[in-house]
Amino acid sequence: MTVVADKETAKEVTRSRRNRRGPNESNERVSWFVRISVVVIVIMWTIPTLGLFVNSFRPSSESSSTGWWTSLFNPFQTDWTIDNYVNVLTSGGMFDAFINSLIVTIPATVIPITLAAFAAYGFAWMRFKGRSLLFAIIVGLLVVPLQIALVPLLQIYQSTSLTGSFIGIWLAHTGFGLPLAVFLLYGFISQLPQDIFESAYIDGASPFTAFTKLVLPLSVPALASFAIFQFLWVWNDFLVAAVFLGTSSDVGVLTIELASIVGSRGEAFHLLTAAAFVSMVVPLIVFLSLQRYFVRGLLAGSVKG
Amino acid sequence: MNRKGIEVLRALLIVGVVAAVLWYGYGLLTQPDLFAGLSPTVSKLLQALIAIVIGVIGIWALFYAGNTIIEALPGKATDVLRPYLFVVPALLVVGIYLIYPAVGTVAQSFTDVPEGEGALYNYSQAFTDPEMLIIFRNNVMWLLIVPIVSVVVGLVFAGLVDRIKLESLAKSFVFLPLAISFVGAAVIWQFVYAWKPAGQPQIGILNSFWVWAGGFLVDWGIISEVEPIPWLFETPINNFALMVIMIWLQVGFAMVVLSAAIKGVPTELTEAARIDGATERQIFYRITIPSIKGALLVVYTTIAIAVLKVFDLIFVTTGGNLDTSVIAVEMYQQMFRFRNLGFAATLAVILLVAVIPIMVVNLRNLRRQGIGA
Repeated sequence: MTVVADKETAKEVTRSRRNRRGPNESNERVSWFVRISVVVIVIMWTIPTLGLFVNSFRPSSESSSTGWWTSLFNPFQTDWTIDNYVNVLTSGGMFDAFINSLIVTIPATVIPITLAAFAAYGFAWMRFKGRSLLFAIIVGLLVVPLQIALVPLLQIYQSTSLTGSFIGIWLAHTGFGLPLAVFLLYGFISQLPQDIFESAYIDGASPFTAFTKLVLPLSVPALASFAIFQFLWVWNDFLVAAVFLGTSSDVGVLTIELASIVGSRGEAFHLLTAAAFVSMVVPLIVFLSLQRYFVRGLLAGSVKG
Repeated sequence: MNRKGIEVLRALLIVGVVAAVLWYGYGLLTQPDLFAGLSPTVSKLLQALIAIVIGVIGIWALFYAGNTIIEALPGKATDVLRPYLFVVPALLVVGIYLIYPAVGTVAQSFTDVPEGEGALYNYSQAFTDPEMLIIFRNNVMWLLIVPIVSVVVGLVFAGLVDRIKLESLAKSFVFLPLAISFVGAAVIWQFVYAWKPAGQPQIGILNSFWVWAGGFLVDWGIISEVEPIPWLFETPINNFALMVIMIWLQVGFAMVVLSAAIKGVPTELTEAARIDGATERQIFYRITIPSIKGALLVVYTTIAIAVLKVFDLIFVTTGGNLDTSVIAVEMYQQMFRFRNLGFAATLAVILLVAVIPIMVVNLRNLRRQGIGA
């Protein structure tokens, strides 16, 4: 009792003190140190990307002889150019790779979400044999490194000519993404209020209809969170694409193409800066516009796990 | 009875149409010269469109077809089978892509050995080969350094940024690398670490700074001369240079989760302490940190797992040469360069064993929460 009372008084005191002297004193005292530290960290975290960004608009003769910051300090003596972007999109394989990344990423995001939403609903709202064991298996798989699956799958893929096919990589990404997807969506769908299902069933809806007409629309925030996760993960993935899709220009995705430019050193090296940004532009847009959902998913996925 | 018959017919029809459309659509995709008459760009875009439509619509069509079959069955069978329509597709894919191959990998690590060698041959190789020992050493160093530094920097930044006005803007900058691929990050940092011989202008900001700052040290007589450092190509400094990239990528994650946890600390606690005369620093160490212990542990283990599997970053920058290799990089080399699948499987098993403790903790939490049962 007393503790509660004390807390209340304490709050009162702070409130009145704040009213009297404006913003919290002690905050005011540390704030210069705090502000400078924050600015220093922000600068340290931004400079690497900024450097690449500036270089991507400089002619290669300049970016290979002077630091990018010299152009920033002398903006009028620099031959700013978009040639790097034009070259990388017209002559290199980056355009094809960009399309391939889209072909791989969109179904490899939608398929696992669909499968996971159905499964999460089944685990949360249906009773069947083996339910807890099966769900425990999913949770156990959350942290399993996907490397454990590579060797046998590679052998299967090579003997069935799934290697280098889009459906092959869609399914691979689906398999590797599903445990997290089921876990995240289960966390959300199992918390939906039971009444809505009951009234739907009374109205004669089948579980399938209840799922498509009720659960999915209500779960949009959770679906969006996982969609962003999976989209970024698939778009940025190198390992799964290298193993199951390969490097040919018919199917090679952006990360593969970018890595091959890094490896080539000589002839294509000046295209590297622009190529890197071409590969980053979609995830950055997705990320910045949907950051809210991404953060929510991050918190749901990590705080519980 | 008659109605049931019509339902069954309808279900069969739907299944037939779905199967035919998917089959035909997939056939289109596997023909390379489908749009031979059109320009390559247009044909590529058309192909992309077909692929995306088939992938996205196809999965929904399959569920719809499955549901019509199940609902056409006699009443009791419908109720018994329906849950499996919902969970089996996901379990099937997980079974094919994770569980079955995992068992296969473990088996292959024991059976895929040279003629006349025992089942443990791959493992004894893995733990005695001098190059493998360097690889394990690197993994251990990564595990000791990267998660701790990421958590500490993320925590400090979350604690500091909590108190300034432009909080979400400042966070976005630190958060942004999370959207960048490892390959992209490798490219970005190659320019940071770029090296030119002494005397030439440095194009990498780190060497430029190092030469500039080193100039003062030389002037003051602290060191005799300053040389630009090939950060990625000089052992052992290259390992740390690579770890910095990983930290740069992971701090944003740590910061976001910890920042949310800090905001969850009851303000009554911190305000009461403030009234009692505690400094901000004392509040941070004595109240905030103990209150967010759980979040700290989760962030630490999540980053540790990511670090254990680190691959692209090293593969793209140094290729694992110059003593920078780790288990996942070596596994890839064994698979594709040396075609030694048995040894690659062994390395995968070692990775799996390393995460088993975390798996056990997760499952124990699950049991404590008791899955909706």
